[in-house]
Amino acid sequence: MSDLTDALVEDLDGGFAQVVRCYQGTLLGTALRLTGHRASAEDLTAEAFLRAFRALRDYDADRIATLELRGWLVTVLLNEHRNTIRTATRRPALSGAPLPDRPAHDPGPAEVATRADPELAAALAHLPAVQREAVVLRHVADLDVPAVAAALGVGEGTARSHVSRGLARLRTLLASHDRSAS
Amino acid sequence: MTDSLLARLSPPAVEKDLSGAVVDTFTTTAGPLGDVLVASSAEGVTYLRPVGDVDGFRAEYRRRLGRPLVPGTTGPSIGARTPVDLRACSSFERDVLDATASIPAGQTRPYGWVAREVGSPAAVRAVGTVLARNPVPLIVPCHRVTKSDGSLGRYMLGEEAKARLLADEGADLEGLAAFTAAGTVLVGSDSTGIACLPSCHHARRITDAHRVSFRSAAAARDAGYRGCLVCRPVWPAAR
Repeated sequence: MSDLTDALVEDLDGGFAQVVRCYQGTLLGTALRLTGHRASAEDLTAEAFLRAFRALRDYDADRIATLELRGWLVTVLLNEHRNTIRTATRRPALSGAPLPDRPAHDPGPAEVATRADPELAAALAHLPAVQREAVVLRHVADLDVPAVAAALGVGEGTARSHVSRGLARLRTLLASHDRSAS
Repeated sequence: MTDSLLARLSPPAVEKDLSGAVVDTFTTTAGPLGDVLVASSAEGVTYLRPVGDVDGFRAEYRRRLGRPLVPGTTGPSIGARTPVDLRACSSFERDVLDATASIPAGQTRPYGWVAREVGSPAAVRAVGTVLARNPVPLIVPCHRVTKSDGSLGRYMLGEEAKARLLADEGADLEGLAAFTAAGTVLVGSDSTGIACLPSCHHARRITDAHRVSFRSAAAARDAGYRGCLVCRPVWPAAR
């Protein structure tokens, strides 16, 4: 049991405000790498936090006390991200601008400050979804392999292989981009 | 391990604080009838109730809004222009609250009028239900919605409060009560052939010599009147 889960058991609302302050960097960074741009990442993160809060409403103290918050929150974020994509695919008329094109515009100061990194975003967008998710969960959200496996709903071996194949593919994509740029 | 790709992947430094977008705040502030508890998101007021049971307020907020709520320092001033955040409402609820917000201060409209305004003329009871649990009373003026006979009807803060709010806004409650007692739901002017709801500001300008009272919109229609375009009484189809 951590201080934060203690705080949640003590006062769900106040404790959750602490959770937001503590994990918003991780979640926003993860969301930024999953979506490739800043506005979607902020929306996704806020939505994930709210979804997490709604889930906590129905958890009893024991369940909250044993939560591994980082992995749990990242899993909620991932599921929210998948739902968003599913909804956008089902209603293509509403999805408007294609996601991978967005990083092509000049990065503003905010994006530079947060290292939105359009090339990395474009390369990530080229990965198969499960490899992108595995790489982002392992190396952006900094989950360990068992937590990545649990979030993705796959075995640890599979998770490990998604991470390593995703990384290898990313290196290739970024290297070819660098070559064509120079 | 120094791996430039892994370094590049590591989460960006986040200056932005999302707390405002996720965590709502509440405070006690002055309302027209005394202090109220008011909760706000970054967008506007989400929930308002009379002071009293803070725990109940927070529990209800958690149940209805499903958003974290912590004590805040400053509350908005409460009035018709206070921004509200109704994202937690259904689209029907939002439509009902929007229509209610369009009723001018000091005037009243029956529940059936709101139902017609939102395009569901038969949903009179549903409108009553929505307004009975109005998340932002005093800001969205559900106290201006009355029974179909013009009598004030119920109010979540009490019938006395309803009368006091309307009186403070300049409503002629005695005059309106006299119309209700006489069974008058519309008043017309025999010089214009137009019928108004009794609280419409055009109705107030009709002189006694020209005022015609109607017990129903159908009676006004049958007498050759049309509904006022400002207060838009619910009007029956032509026979």
